[in-house]
Amino acid sequence: MTAASIEAHDLARRFGDTEAVCGVHLEIRPGEIYGFLGPNGAGKSTTVRMLCTLLAPTGGEATVAGFDVRRDPGAVRLRIGVALQDAALDDKQTGRELLRLQGRLFGLPRADIDRRLEELSALIDIGDALDRRIGTYSGGMKRRLDLAAALVHNPVVLFLDEPTTGLDPVSRTRVWSEVRRLNTELGMTIFLTTQYLEEADELADRVGIIDRGTIVAEGTPTELKRRIGADVIIAEITGDHSVAEAALRGVDGVENVVLHGDELTIRATRGDAAIGPVAIALHDCGVGVRALTLRTPTLDDVFLEVTGGHIREAES
Amino acid sequence: MTETGSEAVKVMPHDAIVARPTSTFHDIASVAGRAVRAIPREPEAVIPALLVPVFFFVVNTGALQKFTERSHLVTDFKAFQLPVAIVFASTGVSRASALVTDIQGGYFERLLLTPVRRLPLLLGLLVADLVLIVALTIPVILLGLALGVRFKTGPVGVLVFMVLAGTWGLCFNGFTYAIALKTGNPAAVNSAFVIFFPFAFLTTAFLPKQALTGWLAAVATWNPVTYLLAGLRSLVLTGWDGRALLEAGAAIAAVGVVSLSLSIAALKSRVTLR
Repeated sequence: MTAASIEAHDLARRFGDTEAVCGVHLEIRPGEIYGFLGPNGAGKSTTVRMLCTLLAPTGGEATVAGFDVRRDPGAVRLRIGVALQDAALDDKQTGRELLRLQGRLFGLPRADIDRRLEELSALIDIGDALDRRIGTYSGGMKRRLDLAAALVHNPVVLFLDEPTTGLDPVSRTRVWSEVRRLNTELGMTIFLTTQYLEEADELADRVGIIDRGTIVAEGTPTELKRRIGADVIIAEITGDHSVAEAALRGVDGVENVVLHGDELTIRATRGDAAIGPVAIALHDCGVGVRALTLRTPTLDDVFLEVTGGHIREAES
Repeated sequence: MTETGSEAVKVMPHDAIVARPTSTFHDIASVAGRAVRAIPREPEAVIPALLVPVFFFVVNTGALQKFTERSHLVTDFKAFQLPVAIVFASTGVSRASALVTDIQGGYFERLLLTPVRRLPLLLGLLVADLVLIVALTIPVILLGLALGVRFKTGPVGVLVFMVLAGTWGLCFNGFTYAIALKTGNPAAVNSAFVIFFPFAFLTTAFLPKQALTGWLAAVATWNPVTYLLAGLRSLVLTGWDGRALLEAGAAIAAVGVVSLSLSIAALKSRVTLR
């Protein structure tokens, strides 16, 4: 049996009276991309910081690349690459100097650093700017350089904390393809936290959703979406919401109704068959319908189902 | 078939590239290298550090030379003042502000995510400080030589003079790093110069000890800078004086034990997993 790349049992972290992470269990296989979803304050960053050896757990235990994060943090650091949420760079250095220093601190010989710089320049894609001071870089360039710095030493496990936040669509697509390449060509295990559900859907082999310090759902994106049912109908309504909700629960084919603001999320076994009766039921109970949409489930629906809120709202 | 361009880059094997533990010396050299590279990129931090000692040297000499020499308090006031200028040049010049910037900007955390040993994160900065302090003492010494100051101990004495000044600068910097690491606050680091005032002025900076009276004489007796200045002055004015040099070394060591203990404790507090 292959040992897990990341393993956590009852991992917990308390700040005074606040329990930021309470009893997280993780078992992430080598070569897996694990998407970690959750709003700010859910315990996502705290979990990552414990796994990266920046923060000590107050309970439970965790190993990364086979080494205990508390007892052997040095061995963990040798094997992980981390790109935290805010690009942590030194504006006074050039991009090349920063990457070289990163390589030196990980004990790479000069020849290996030269080679990695050549390889990573394709990812960074900032041309001659690599020899300019980082203070002159745009936000997107900094994010890409930050990612490159996490990869200089060819880590076994890569932690990416919201790697595409603030990137334009083209840069985001480039980072996605690089994440896929790192995973498929090098077998790198990737722990990806993100607020973009489509990013987790696109990249992750498995997704964990954390809310209030606990993992509330875990599985492949397909498995998670299957929980919701075959189809989702979204109704934006005006009028008495509770009346509408009660009326819809009696419609054939409707499995579940979740009210959130002016929006009703209706799970249906066959959306195409249910959407007509849903429209009629809403009309009959006297509420106004601004929009009625039929679609297949997304991770956002899963998030809504398990946390009671959309991830964007939870973020704000 | 030979592949070219980015495709060729992508298929290069990575297998041989593996991170490995490094030596403490390697870590110090890596951290120091970065810090030294940053020095010329921050002229705003270096230029005042050079101007202040030159200013005090010129003003003090202009104001007190005739008085002190005519009253036979000192024989050569320029030579008497050169160590003061050197102490001004070497005190409080540090990378502590840059360290605070690293802490606030998250780069310090990035360093903590590498396998670098924690002590070299401080020692590397001190090495860079030593480079800067030596670089600052050279023009001040050259100014003194240009104005006619001569070292009784010759070129070796100049070297010992620079070593004492550099060591003093490092030991004093322990205070600024302790503040930087403890607070992570640029305002707190900038206010560290308050520590410098009693060290620099409640001593024999302007007049010899026998000319000081009352409380100032008492404070100067306990001020380590008094013994540092005496050691430095002996190299310029009187020749090799083992006792004066030993006392200067002991004064530097006493300050160093306190300041570096504080800075190491602050470093430990910041990097220990909590």
